[in-house]
Amino acid sequence: MDVDGGSTSSDSTRVRSIPIHSGQCKAFLSQFKQQSLPACKPVLTPAWVIATLLLLGFVFIPIGLVTLHASRGVLEIVDRYDADCVPEEFKGNKASYIKDTSVPKNCTRILKVHKYMKAPIYIYYQLDNYYQNHRRYVKSRSDQQLLHGLKYNDTSSCKPEESNNGLPVVPCGLIAWSLFNDTYTFIRGTAELRVNRKNIAWKSDRDHKFGKHVYPFNFQNGTLIGGGKLDPNIPLGDQEDLIVWMRTSALPSFRKIYGRIEEDLEADDVIVVHLMNNYNTYSFGGKKKLVISTSSWLGGRNDFLGVAYIFVGSSAIILSLVFLLLHVKNPRPYGDTAYLSWNRKGISS
Amino acid sequence: MQKSSRKKGKIRWSKLYSFSCFQPHTIDTVPAQDLIGKIGFSRVVFCNQPQLRKMKPYKYANNSISTTKYNVATFLPKALFEQFRRVANLYFLLAALLSFTSSPVKRETLIVPLVIVVGISMIKEAVEDWYRLLQDMNVNNRTVKAHAGNGIFVDKFWRELSVGDVVKVNKNEYFPSDLLLLSSSYEDGACYVETMNLDGETNLKIKRCLEATLGLNEDEEFNQFRATIRCEDPNPSLYTFVGNLEFQDQTHPLCPSQVLLRDSKLRNTDFVYGVVIFSGNDTKVVRNSTRAPSKRSQIERKMDKVIYLLFSVLLVISLITSIGSVLFMKSDMVQWWYLRLQDPEDPKPVKSGFQQFIRAFILYGYLIPISLYVSIEIVKVLQAMFINKDIEMYDQVTCKSVEARTSNLNEELGQVEILLSDKTGTLTCNQMEFRKCSIAGISYGGALNEVDLAASKRMNNDVEANRFSIENSGSTSQIFEMFEFSLADSSIQKAVLEDQEGLDFLNSGNSRISNVGKETVVKGFNFRDDRLMNNQWIYRSDLFNVTMFFIVMALCHTGIPVEGDETDKLKYEAESPEEVAFLIASQEFGFQFCQRTQSILVLKELDPSSGKKVKREYKLLHLLEFCSSRKRMSVVVSDEEGKIFLLCKGADSVIFDRLADNGRAYQQATTSHLSSYAEDGLRTLAFAYRRIDQADYEQWNSIFTKAKTTIGPERNELLEKASEMIEKDLILLGVAAVEDKLQKGVPECIDKLAQAGLKIWLLTGDKKETAINIGFACSLLQQDMRQFHIYLSEEAESNNQMKAMKEEILHQIESSYHVMCTDSDRSSPFALVVDGRALEIALHCDIKYKFLQLASNCASVICCRVSPKQKALITRSVKEHTGSTVLAIGDGANDVGMIQEADIGVGISGQEGMQAVMASDFSLPQFRFLERLLIVHGHWCYKRISKMVLYFVYKNIVLGLTLFYYELYTCFSGEVLYDAWYLTTFNVLLTSLPVISLGVFEQDVPSYVCLQPFTSKGKKIIFLLEPDRGLDIEWHGCILVIFLANMYILSPSAFMEKGYVADITHFGAIMYTCIIWTVNCQIALIITHFTWIQHLFIWGSIVLWYIFLLVYGALPPAYSDRGFQVITESIGSAPIYWMVTLLVVVVALLPCFIHIVIQRWFNPMDDHVIQEMKHCRKDITENQMWLREQRNSQKMTQIGFSARVEAKVSSFEEGLHRKKRSI
Repeated sequence: MDVDGGSTSSDSTRVRSIPIHSGQCKAFLSQFKQQSLPACKPVLTPAWVIATLLLLGFVFIPIGLVTLHASRGVLEIVDRYDADCVPEEFKGNKASYIKDTSVPKNCTRILKVHKYMKAPIYIYYQLDNYYQNHRRYVKSRSDQQLLHGLKYNDTSSCKPEESNNGLPVVPCGLIAWSLFNDTYTFIRGTAELRVNRKNIAWKSDRDHKFGKHVYPFNFQNGTLIGGGKLDPNIPLGDQEDLIVWMRTSALPSFRKIYGRIEEDLEADDVIVVHLMNNYNTYSFGGKKKLVISTSSWLGGRNDFLGVAYIFVGSSAIILSLVFLLLHVKNPRPYGDTAYLSWNRKGISS
Repeated sequence: MQKSSRKKGKIRWSKLYSFSCFQPHTIDTVPAQDLIGKIGFSRVVFCNQPQLRKMKPYKYANNSISTTKYNVATFLPKALFEQFRRVANLYFLLAALLSFTSSPVKRETLIVPLVIVVGISMIKEAVEDWYRLLQDMNVNNRTVKAHAGNGIFVDKFWRELSVGDVVKVNKNEYFPSDLLLLSSSYEDGACYVETMNLDGETNLKIKRCLEATLGLNEDEEFNQFRATIRCEDPNPSLYTFVGNLEFQDQTHPLCPSQVLLRDSKLRNTDFVYGVVIFSGNDTKVVRNSTRAPSKRSQIERKMDKVIYLLFSVLLVISLITSIGSVLFMKSDMVQWWYLRLQDPEDPKPVKSGFQQFIRAFILYGYLIPISLYVSIEIVKVLQAMFINKDIEMYDQVTCKSVEARTSNLNEELGQVEILLSDKTGTLTCNQMEFRKCSIAGISYGGALNEVDLAASKRMNNDVEANRFSIENSGSTSQIFEMFEFSLADSSIQKAVLEDQEGLDFLNSGNSRISNVGKETVVKGFNFRDDRLMNNQWIYRSDLFNVTMFFIVMALCHTGIPVEGDETDKLKYEAESPEEVAFLIASQEFGFQFCQRTQSILVLKELDPSSGKKVKREYKLLHLLEFCSSRKRMSVVVSDEEGKIFLLCKGADSVIFDRLADNGRAYQQATTSHLSSYAEDGLRTLAFAYRRIDQADYEQWNSIFTKAKTTIGPERNELLEKASEMIEKDLILLGVAAVEDKLQKGVPECIDKLAQAGLKIWLLTGDKKETAINIGFACSLLQQDMRQFHIYLSEEAESNNQMKAMKEEILHQIESSYHVMCTDSDRSSPFALVVDGRALEIALHCDIKYKFLQLASNCASVICCRVSPKQKALITRSVKEHTGSTVLAIGDGANDVGMIQEADIGVGISGQEGMQAVMASDFSLPQFRFLERLLIVHGHWCYKRISKMVLYFVYKNIVLGLTLFYYELYTCFSGEVLYDAWYLTTFNVLLTSLPVISLGVFEQDVPSYVCLQPFTSKGKKIIFLLEPDRGLDIEWHGCILVIFLANMYILSPSAFMEKGYVADITHFGAIMYTCIIWTVNCQIALIITHFTWIQHLFIWGSIVLWYIFLLVYGALPPAYSDRGFQVITESIGSAPIYWMVTLLVVVVALLPCFIHIVIQRWFNPMDDHVIQEMKHCRKDITENQMWLREQRNSQKMTQIGFSARVEAKVSSFEEGLHRKKRSI
């Protein structure tokens, strides 16, 4: 092409005064300016398409199988208790039951372990139809206050729960105020299962977001009492229940970790759960569930990922077969000039 | 003083009249001079009396001009208004204002980009205006000699001149303003003016002063000079002027021939004196100019529509959000104690719904890509840079390259459908070349033209191709056909062989087509013929005729020799460049015209008998001047022996009418030569002579002298009669053909552009004959074309009756249209030639439509004698009528209006005047670069920008809709899933570079394939407003996949081995990762041309996201908010995160991938096929292919060189068929 000729001739005149490596640089620059840099121009030929789809299938199906296997290995016991734990006389008006402080809230659930569960076994509580992701709710906190305590005065973001009787609240905001406060104790046979409730929150939260020397103050002292109370003698950085709760969930149906059982559970073990059914989900029709689950390298039980992988992989293979068939039966010569628009017009007319 | 106050009163009185609007228009009936002092003719100029001009009604503006759009005070409001004419900017302003009330995102993220976008564009405007200011200053600071009193002339800046000043303009200087000519260096007060900048005409025009002022030809004379001019008010009409000069107590009427217009140039005259009549913005040329409009490309306009569309989507989803939130709030949200909605200070549902609407409006603003405008600006600037740097559009002669002066029209280049071109300086170099001549019935200078040669070459190829196909099929009929072809071939070759010049022609490569880059040795002389060159003509048998021919050429003219740089070769100056070409040619043939006095012409001529140069003197007895009605000029000379000759040259028809019976010996042969020259676009003049007896001469001389000395209106008539008497019984010598030399590469370029489907209109100020010549030379016209001429007959023109003229034009248009309709099945194309006066009428609103309909159905349109204003008017009408993109190209100040009016204005930067370039959007050093500019860069830029816009919309919809879908899960509360900084960096950092690389580096087909004529045909392939239906669904599917897959996979169970559950921060980060991957991989599917830059940008952007996450997460939580250690602590170590990314990207892109595959498979577009052809290296293995495809795709064009070749070939074949049948 003419471009090359032109550029090389102009280069050769200059090259003498310039070291060789900058000559290369010049060549590159001129290629760049003339938009003639070496380029790869992938073209989707049938071979490429079929090979890509096949490869996709052969990669995805094994991944899917492995994933599915891992997910199936996870054992989960889910127990919804919010409805059953309401005494018979309050069944018609659950909200009044939960609001009535004089009614005892304890409740007993019996869970059966179907298969051997290997420690650590995670205990979650699951809330449904609970909009922790509502904007009003999510905004209602003060990260600065959580870290610095009363030293930090500006808690306007915590509305409508920033102060009580003229005094600031630590931790302020709706999230903290509505802290989940059901408690569970697990008894296997006669002995109580030790539930480790340490290290359930992210380390970064404990170390960097919640102050080590910030103590709850004036918390849940108002006329309206939301959820759980906090021990004013323990700094926020150690109140892991709170830290977990403060990590607002993305969706209205969510689990939060409660603790860990660090003993294996055998098959056919019967576990008695004594729980305090304090938290009010009745007024808005939310559900409460207790979840006991082991975990795999993937996390909890979730077949969706594996199934999706297998599905995508197999559809890719089917597609590649379809294309292969098409290609064999009705090959389209690539780069055939007969397909150019003017030639085709000629054919049709 | 008394006198002047009376005048003042008069003027005032006249002003009163302007209130009476219903006063009948009397301009047509009242003689022009009577109008002076009335409305519109109230200007009074006191010459050389500076003290008088200070008073009010006579205080006229000074001579400075301004073409800037803004000044310091108006810049801000005007430029801002200009910016907020863009819908998107207006929207963003609205969003920024709303964000002050309540906003889900940080205010700065809305305001800062808007300020940047508007700021950048305004700076661009300011810089462009600054350059205009510099240009103005440059013009205003030119100097001219002006009278400063006491007969002394001093240098004065142009801007300081005021009305009434006396100025002295020297040779080759521009006139600083509109002047009244007082006197010149010539005794008769004539001067030559070049008006190229006004009307594009190259002929010099003669202006003559009044006899009364003839004496004012010395500096000292102006000491006492006092005069008053009363004339018309400033107006744009270039060819009219009405006024009176009151000088020495007499009143002299003035006419246009005493007026020297600004921007024209003094030629061939040493100096002139003049008085400034109109200055600065009052001058006719400035009045003729139009303000530079702001141009917007089609894509930009379409983008506005896309913005409207997205805006309505935005409104709808914002409305859904706000209504949803209100419904939720009213129904069950009251029960959600954890929100504490029952607090009294909380707003009412309606009010909160409204707030919610505004919030959603701002939040989903990501649907409307503000960064699109920034990115497009950046991309266009880079594209413009590449255009400027293109070495193939670099002119080594002038050392100039293409310059994209406004970058916002790059992609429009690929959309041009109609090309309006100026002639002089654009297509031609304003230089005449002597090319061919026919003397005594023999044509010299090559008999075959390029078309014949190309046709024979084509037929050779056909034979080759046929031979090839015969080998394959072996059918007998084809063998027969092949025989025919070879027959045709041999006949052509025989024709070539017969003519030795033809061979010479081939060998020297001296055809116009092939001698690109080869400069002729002598400027103005491009003639090769061994029979005449190098003094070989002395051996010709018809020596007398040849000698006479050369003598006519050397003597019959008005030129004068000037000293050339060489010693023995002279240079000439004459009224028209043709004459110069003739003089140079005669010098080359050995008849050097070397001196002219009042009555004697001196030739240095070659004596055929001795072979030596001798000096001969010819006595010039009379000179019968050339004028457009006579179409001929003659000289009566007597040679040294006292023999008297009349030498005459003129248009062939005029000469042929005046031939003597014995002078017609060569008429037939000459006529056939004439037509072949005309087809080549050469301008021809016939030469003839007549021997006059002494007695006849004496008799005629007395008549003529009498006529000459007559004073009064009958003088011209008498002169005419007298010349008729002598200009008869001529003996034809032959014809000479000069070529209005086309610029390098013009025919090829026009051919290519015609192949690409462009319509080419020629708009020129030149006269009709010249325009038609050039039409032929550029192959805009060809012999078998049906030409429609629309013009005003002379009587209609002289009557000046609007209605009659209109009817006449309308009749012509309708009859032409009728012919066109009834004849449309015939293959011969149509051409339209329109005269300027007729055009003016044809463009009146009621018949405009018909005219344009006719014009747009013609293959080529030539408009001659059009004024700058008309050029602009045509441009606008064509633009509005056809709705297609119009490109105007020109080089002079007379093209400025057209350049500004067109969708794209291109200026030729090679020539001296810079006005066209200053007004243009692109400037080219040469016309031929237009081909590459339009076909390569236009194609690329268009594809790039449209792909880019399409993708940009896609990526913002992906982001915006995931935000919306998330709202569905938060009761429309307005919560954002992503961290504010993720959103801010999305368009700025994480997805901007790949899209810019798409817009700057993408090449669907390489440049040389673009230049193949066929590729440019399929240029209108995609556009965003008409995307495939499937695409919307694909996009939507892709977004849903991203959203739902994440939701199902990550919720509600733990996503890490340690039992952690994903919360809103993890969810956001993971989903966002999927978006970044999908969006960047999608662009990899769109891009077809990967250099390492694209790879770096695309994959780099993805890597950048992770780097961003790392850096952002490492900041203290007060700054990093939701990003705090999100990748290091949580998602990075979760295998599920990476698996989700892989799955989502694949699933989201699979439909799009399949779509592309299916489209390529079953319904490939041209660029796909060409890519495949390149990929299979078919173009290398099959070298005939490009040629064949060219041929296949080539059937439609009607103009251009190849069309002529086509016509020639088919006429050949027809002839052969006929021959065969007769056998």
